[in-house]
Amino acid sequence: MFTPALIYSLIFIVIIFSITLVIAMYSTYAERKVAAFLQDRLGPNRAGPFGILQPVADGIKMFMKEEIIPDVSNKWLFILGPSVSMATCLMTSAVLPWGSGLTIGGTKYPMQVADVNIGILYVFGVVSIGVYGIMIGGWASNNKYSLLGALRASSQMISYEVAMGLSIIALVMMTGTLSVREIAEGQPGGHWNVLYQPLGFLIFIICAFAETNRAPFDLPECETELVGGYHTEYSSMKLGFYLFAEYINMFISSAVIATLYFGGYNMPFISRFVTDPNTLSLLGTAFLFGKIFFFIFFFMWVRWTIPRFRYDQLMNLGWKGLIPLAILNIFLTGLIMWATGKIN
Amino acid sequence: MQSLSNRSKVVVKKDLTFMERIYLPAIFGGMLITIKHFFKKKVTLNYPEVTREYAAVYRGKHVLKRDENGAERCTACGLCAVSCPAEAITMVAAERKTGEEKLYREEKYASTYEINMLRCIFCGLCEEACPKEAIFLTDVLVPTSFERGEFIYGKTELVEPLDKRVDISIRQTQAVLDFKTNKQLTHNRI
Repeated sequence: MFTPALIYSLIFIVIIFSITLVIAMYSTYAERKVAAFLQDRLGPNRAGPFGILQPVADGIKMFMKEEIIPDVSNKWLFILGPSVSMATCLMTSAVLPWGSGLTIGGTKYPMQVADVNIGILYVFGVVSIGVYGIMIGGWASNNKYSLLGALRASSQMISYEVAMGLSIIALVMMTGTLSVREIAEGQPGGHWNVLYQPLGFLIFIICAFAETNRAPFDLPECETELVGGYHTEYSSMKLGFYLFAEYINMFISSAVIATLYFGGYNMPFISRFVTDPNTLSLLGTAFLFGKIFFFIFFFMWVRWTIPRFRYDQLMNLGWKGLIPLAILNIFLTGLIMWATGKIN
Repeated sequence: MQSLSNRSKVVVKKDLTFMERIYLPAIFGGMLITIKHFFKKKVTLNYPEVTREYAAVYRGKHVLKRDENGAERCTACGLCAVSCPAEAITMVAAERKTGEEKLYREEKYASTYEINMLRCIFCGLCEEACPKEAIFLTDVLVPTSFERGEFIYGKTELVEPLDKRVDISIRQTQAVLDFKTNKQLTHNRI
């Protein structure tokens, strides 16, 4: 029953799970530090050296807070909301390749939980379920601000998913596969997909901002209009789960962007100097995480630069701007592929 | 309508140009500005460890000075209490007994001297009124407390300790002393 492959998979799942959680935890710290530095401040620096224990203190605070479930809320759905949000955002990492593979005892194991041949579709499907977490939470709160926030969140996420999917179609046309690993391996050296799909990448990253509900598209929880948006009524660790899910989503989005458009775990010319396949593979993982950290920083950088869109501007941009552009991108990609003789 | 002040401006609502409508140039411009700030010197001071330099005329907690021999200067004349706009100062006068010459400079002294730091507005009028150069405001902050009673400072808190003399030379320069004591000036004549 417990074959080495299964044990390896289980250990790998636990590792990915904990890395995801730790990175999400320290994203909250990084967010506050980046925000502070961009605003000429120092940021949290009291808990531990450089404030490194701040996320731990925040976590303890979240757990110690009083747990309030509103009397008029639908209790089951109220608890289900953050659970769905958290569960879906943790599921996405299953199909992402984190490295080329490890050789242990003569057997080669992939650094990936499951190499599904429809990996991208899986990511999109799971991300779409994430909308339910917000929608259910906002609905169950029985509060007009929560409901408005949830409505905004779901309409925003649904409309930007269209453009996101269309921008990916151009990429899939080019690479000819839906498997995330094959796409990652299809861009060796410096041949990153972003060089061949700049417009698609632009659309994808804008949609990624909207999908993760981050500024400038953080309308679902804009404090100035909706108190706290869909999580107005949430307290204690349920609120923590919603906030945490946002950071995990950010990490996963960064990983997806790095894998699909920026070469994933591929490295240029390092393989000439390092021969051991395991070291090479781990170096590739380090490369991938370097890219991911850059994109997480990019997310934060954008958040602390750009003001929030108005809601009609957001919808205009999504439906009248990005979707036609994405279709144009598909058309152009097809045209170029036909002109260069890739298809006939 | 004709403008009376010649300062009115006609407001025009221009449509955005194409470059403005695609937002991206403006976004990149903004991000360039923020990333510059990322590497700039930070304005925050780590407060309890590092303090900003106070102005020379900063008015903080009071001190009741002693003279060169260590005797209290205050004679409980009450001018500070009279001058105090917030009525923060109260005192009880007492007569010096024989053998106490080392403690009090003159025959009369304040047996209790209290300043309510919650009433005090740190205006410095007590310092200005004092004819004996006994009370001064220093650059020490009055610490916070949970109890109102702890803000009433008695002689134990106010009189300068013998082994830790308080330097007030920043506040009382020679010019200030002259201004207070020079009888040529009208405000010093009775």
